[in-house]
Amino acid sequence: MLTLENVSVSFGERSVLRGCTLSLAAGERLALMGPSGCGKTTLLRLALGLQRPDAGTVENTFLRPAAVFQEPRLLPWRSALENVALVLSGDAARETAQFWLERLELGETAALCPAALSGGMQQRVSLARALAFSPDLLVLDEPFKGMDEALRERVTALVSEALPKGALLIATHSEAEAEALGCRILRYDAGRFVGA
Amino acid sequence: MKAALRRLPAALAVLGFWTALWILLARFVGQELLLPSPLAVLRTLASMAGTSAFWLAALRSILRVLAGLLAATVLGVLLAALTEKSALARLLLSPAMTLVKSTPVASFIILALLWLGRDVLPAFITALMVLPVVWSNVSAGLAGRDRQLLELAAVYRLPRLRVLRHITIPSVLPHFRAALRSSLGMGWKAGIAAEVLTVPPLSIGKNIFEAKLYLETTQLFAWTLTVIVLSLLIERVLLRLVGRIGQKGGGACADA
Repeated sequence: MLTLENVSVSFGERSVLRGCTLSLAAGERLALMGPSGCGKTTLLRLALGLQRPDAGTVENTFLRPAAVFQEPRLLPWRSALENVALVLSGDAARETAQFWLERLELGETAALCPAALSGGMQQRVSLARALAFSPDLLVLDEPFKGMDEALRERVTALVSEALPKGALLIATHSEAEAEALGCRILRYDAGRFVGA
Repeated sequence: MKAALRRLPAALAVLGFWTALWILLARFVGQELLLPSPLAVLRTLASMAGTSAFWLAALRSILRVLAGLLAATVLGVLLAALTEKSALARLLLSPAMTLVKSTPVASFIILALLWLGRDVLPAFITALMVLPVVWSNVSAGLAGRDRQLLELAAVYRLPRLRVLRHITIPSVLPHFRAALRSSLGMGWKAGIAAEVLTVPPLSIGKNIFEAKLYLETTQLFAWTLTVIVLSLLIERVLLRLVGRIGQKGGGACADA
């Protein structure tokens, strides 16, 4: 269970979140929508424990959180396969990593270095890493950037299918994406995210 | 290898130029006591190299300097890790390192001679010269780790050892290599200088000191040439070794 209670965050003079409350239970899917700079990423960072709120509380009891950030965040000195296997343990780590790269249509690029991949491909490696981790909470921050429409649809369907029981929290500008993932949509309104 | 072969003619030409200049100068001076010719130096070096004392002295000097390098490397890395974790440690250590860097090596040698045995002192001086360079470079590498990758590790709750192996070591290795590259020669020269001033038995420094004392200029040149050749060899071997470690630790895309 993820609970944000009355959280507020400011950057200097600029107040981003003001008394925002949100909860996400196991298996639930939420999409945050709003204009750029409204605090979607900040809220995701709070949920992941990467940032502390100025006021309010954040409680996250999920045990296996995974995230795909706006940037792919790949280790530049490791191959695509090694980047996925990084978050896995055990003897089958490389096979699992290869499996997920193939599912994201990157099977033939497993041995390539991030520098040899396009931005969209790097983002898919990052998605493969998150899905291979079998998370109970998947946090996605505009994860389908750099993908064409057909690919975006296939990858969205894959994410939806790969997360049968896990909770999903996504920041997106696309309502179609949110719906395809079966998310309840929360829209930004004066420092908070409120349900439709 | 091919690049080295391509550079060989130019390197030989440069060597030839300076040797020719040396020969001309030696002829012009005309006194072996002041400036021996390259041939005389090489002849002396060849006769010295035929004795076991020469090799023992070289070996002991190399071992002393290597011991100093190893101590400085281990201590430099550990201190960098400490100062990365603790602002107080950084505050305390930074001026000490600046002090070591800006103090003349001769002052340290004479001071350390009061506290340490002459056999240990060259290694200590080498370590003292190399330590600030290793510390500052490794510290820069640690501070320069990609925060986004560290956040990623935090989200996936990666074990510390995995973070060390996959994020920290590859981030620090280029800085570590640069530290060794810039401090190896300095450490070697400081170690030999310490030997000259402390004259430990079986050392290059003692031989240089005695050659100077008895005005054996040709021997002085021969020992200096030995120091230069050994310096180049040690630097090349150690950098290649660190390069290999770097490739392994850096991963499949280390050079990407």
